[in-house]
Amino acid sequence: MRHALISLCLMASPTLAFEIEEQVLFGPQDSETVLRVISTADIDLFAPVILGYLDQTPGAAVDYVAVSSGELMKAIRDEGAGFDVAISSAMDLQTKLANDGFAVAHSSAATDDLPDWARWRDHVFAFTQEPASIVLSRAAFDGLKMPQTRQDLITLMRQHPDRFANRVATYDLRLSGLGYLFATQDARTSETYWRLTEVMGSLNARLFCCSSDMIDGVASGDLAVAYNVLGSYARSRPDADQFEILLPTDFTTVMMRSVLIPRTTRDADLAGEFVDHVLQSAWADSPPEDATFTIAGEVRNAEAESLRRIRLGPGLLVFLDAFKKRQFLQAWEDAILQKP
Amino acid sequence: MTTVNARGSIQRRLMISLLAGAALLAVALFFIVQSLARQLAEESQDNILLASATSILDASAVRQGELVLDLPYSAFSMLGNLSDDRVFYAVRFGGDFITGYSDLEDVPGIGDARFATRDFLGEPVRVVALSRLLSISGRPATLTVIIAQTRNGQRETLERISSIAAAIGLGFFLAAAGLAALAARSAIRPLERLAVSVGRRGPQDLRPVAAPVPSEMVTLVAALNRFMERLKVSLARSEDFIAEAAHRVRTPLATVRTQADVTLRRVDKEENRAALREMIRAIDESSRAAGQLLDHAMVTFRSDNLEHSALDVGHLAAEMVDRLQPLAELRDIELHLTADDGAMISGDTILIQNALRNLLDNAIKFSPAEDTVSVTVTAQNGEVHLTVRDNGKGFPPEGRDRLTRRFARGSNAEGIVGSGLGLTIAHEVALAHGGRVDIANNSKGPGACVTLSFPSA
Repeated sequence: MRHALISLCLMASPTLAFEIEEQVLFGPQDSETVLRVISTADIDLFAPVILGYLDQTPGAAVDYVAVSSGELMKAIRDEGAGFDVAISSAMDLQTKLANDGFAVAHSSAATDDLPDWARWRDHVFAFTQEPASIVLSRAAFDGLKMPQTRQDLITLMRQHPDRFANRVATYDLRLSGLGYLFATQDARTSETYWRLTEVMGSLNARLFCCSSDMIDGVASGDLAVAYNVLGSYARSRPDADQFEILLPTDFTTVMMRSVLIPRTTRDADLAGEFVDHVLQSAWADSPPEDATFTIAGEVRNAEAESLRRIRLGPGLLVFLDAFKKRQFLQAWEDAILQKP
Repeated sequence: MTTVNARGSIQRRLMISLLAGAALLAVALFFIVQSLARQLAEESQDNILLASATSILDASAVRQGELVLDLPYSAFSMLGNLSDDRVFYAVRFGGDFITGYSDLEDVPGIGDARFATRDFLGEPVRVVALSRLLSISGRPATLTVIIAQTRNGQRETLERISSIAAAIGLGFFLAAAGLAALAARSAIRPLERLAVSVGRRGPQDLRPVAAPVPSEMVTLVAALNRFMERLKVSLARSEDFIAEAAHRVRTPLATVRTQADVTLRRVDKEENRAALREMIRAIDESSRAAGQLLDHAMVTFRSDNLEHSALDVGHLAAEMVDRLQPLAELRDIELHLTADDGAMISGDTILIQNALRNLLDNAIKFSPAEDTVSVTVTAQNGEVHLTVRDNGKGFPPEGRDRLTRRFARGSNAEGIVGSGLGLTIAHEVALAHGGRVDIANNSKGPGACVTLSFPSA
């Protein structure tokens, strides 16, 4: 945030019912062209992309609103809030918005270059690949062999309950859309997920809304294990030597952050330009060193075999079904909220 | 040259009907492929919608008096395999809405699986409703799964197949057009061949067409052959008639001429002598005409079956000059011959003699008395030229090409005995030998200059 920008943290407009975490106006304050972006990405991490866009588009300003994925859904679908671009890590919710007609199509040279797996219906465009990682505190695993798979982790936690009790963390699926997406995809892939959840439940797992909180806990030594967090957040921290970021070799679910243009946009062309910029900077062959949001990211050097990219498409609607979701959350609560 | 009344073209008519047929077939092909493709695309979408609905129904049951419903992941992900189409669904049990999109209505009708096409959320969708009877608390209740999918993928498939079908149709048409052109040309070729072979014939060639022709043309060629045969017979008959008539006229004329000569010598009265001289002149003219008619008939006859023998034009000219010497002396005209050695041609001696005699005859006739008529034979550039020059009036400037026609006479030939056949005979002889006649006036001084040219042997 080297450029002039005004932080309007936690200044939620009273007329809006969705809950804003952070809001920043990038670029000239009195600009005529203000692009309103609603996003689940933390402002600090996403700022370089926006600044790059503003360099290219003099005179424009970007009003960036950071929300949780559930609030984003609420803002766009239930409240019809006037945003030009929606960026979210919850692929299922993005797909649902597009499926239910809350997004408009966008087609350009930048979107044509995307492979089929990175776009859906010319509505949803992926621009990152972010594996669900397990962040392990080096201190907590002192003297133990670092686990490589979920099974390794289960075994270690069973063998050393004293070391891990109250110190394992994962998303609270009832609060976090991304956590729910990761969990459902894990459960689709392997039964191991349920065994791990049960073990974590037996260790009185702690539940969080967000990746960054869990990583904070691991870095400070408060937590030993954070399951299914975003490696991109962990890697960008200055105290990254405190923990290890594990991409489990049995399978690693890979989420794609995606962007779409809500139908409430007031300027679809401007929104399209921004989308193109996001895609181009993410899909660049050689992104800058400090770029967080690139299509390759951490996946670039990882073992390709164990990576399971979540597929965009109507399959993602299944776990958003209220009936299905209730059943899944019930099973999850039964596993994670064990009474001692 | 008579003009031919031409209307239409067999080749064009053939092409048009073949092309029209090909175009019709191409269009039919396009629509058949397109409708098959549409049917297939619709069927495949219906099948996958049905499979999706079935997988949801199969995963549902009533357990402990409660509906247990599990949406299999594959139920929707399979719909995403075909295309990026939007998917909507609803599950109803008994009359109650259980989950999904509450606006998505059931498809009315009977049967377990019911299909419909309708609009949903502003887009046309294909809908399947699949029902199954479950029993809850001892009472039957119907579980219905309704699944809808937009049809963009189907439309794209159709567009793709349509453009392929159009390309196939166009390709078919172009190939058919090429083949039609070939077919039309090959159909018309025997006709063209016949036309060329008939057109290339010499004016006297009336042989029947002997080359094989397609069966469709047999009638035409047979008629043509019959026509030519008739023509030939008729020509031969008229030539025969002319020859016969001339012959029969000449002999009595000769007798009459002799009698007239004898009488002239006996008559003293000047006005009677003048009448007799006029009579003799008329007799001469008639007998000369009869002779030329005979010559012409012979030329025509011999041209049909030309005899080719090697002959020296120089010798021939010398003989002819000798033979006509007496005639020339009557008018005190000197015949002067210059001939190259070895002016050889291949041809019919009698015909060439005939031609030269007629030319010399003309020259002697038109030349002033006590003058010179020269005959030149030269051989150069693969041709032998036989030239006869006199110092008479020459040819009139206008209508010179007309002079080789039968009975045509120069406009300045009044008062000189002649039939107008001399140049015609020379012309036909030259043509029969593949040569030509050039009619001109002397470049220096007055007088005519006629050149017969023949290819050298």
